Amino acid sequence: MIDTLTNTVLFVMLVLTALAIVRMERLFAVVMLSSVFSLLSALLFVTLDAVDVAFTEAAVGAGISTVLMLGTIALTKPIAKRSRHTAFVPLIVVCVTGAALVYGTLDMPAFGAYDAPAQMHVGPDYLARTPDDIDVPNVVTAILGSYRGYDTLGETAVVFTAGIGVLLLLSGLRRRREDEDEEV
Amino acid sequence: MISTVPHFVFLIALLMLFIAMILVLLRLYKGPTLYDRVLSTNSFGTQTVLFIGVLGFLSGRPDFLDIALLYALINFVSTIAILKFFRYRAIGDILIKREAKK
Repeated sequence: MIDTLTNTVLFVMLVLTALAIVRMERLFAVVMLSSVFSLLSALLFVTLDAVDVAFTEAAVGAGISTVLMLGTIALTKPIAKRSRHTAFVPLIVVCVTGAALVYGTLDMPAFGAYDAPAQMHVGPDYLARTPDDIDVPNVVTAILGSYRGYDTLGETAVVFTAGIGVLLLLSGLRRRREDEDEEV
Repeated sequence: MISTVPHFVFLIALLMLFIAMILVLLRLYKGPTLYDRVLSTNSFGTQTVLFIGVLGFLSGRPDFLDIALLYALINFVSTIAILKFFRYRAIGDILIKREAKK
């Protein structure tokens, strides 16, 4: 009962926030609203017991992308340009896609079902072997850090490279601008 | 200590938290000035932390409290970024330097 209530209230707030984002023209308010949107979806993930996903959502959505959006606003204009196109075709596309996704969920196993394919395949094996193989209390940590260690290493390398690339690009841009300032 | 608090207390806290969230969201939608919006975003982040705590106690697993602390950190950082944006109209360093020259 409590779960249903919590999910309903959170989803209503999520939808209201999304509608407000669509209708708002001041981009600063849109940034604030999208930060709240991401916090709300993080809360929904928490109610689904996916705290790691929720934390990623909050860190990226409410933290980093808010800062990035504000930086973009600082470089451009803070008011949205009115679109001259009608929103009819995009609305139809979104509705059809949403209906297809809902249709796709009909075949999925029930939420938390013990005989779902995800629980039957390798999950029990990992749960049984982790105490002997790795000896870490958290199975997720064991999977990420050891069973999929090379995968995690590759991901870290990719993110690290991307960060260095962005830093190089931005610092080059900054130096060029300072030179232009001195010439002026 | 946790088990001595009856279950319905957390339920009432959850309901009150929902009401507070909706009030803050209303201020965020309407908010005549930008400062209203910043304040309401910040307090919504605080309510997120509270919600995770209350939900943990309500489901009998208060293990999520340390995760709630991380949310408080994120909330703090993003509020600092927003306020810096207000002060300097920029996020990076270069524009601040320019303002200092003026």
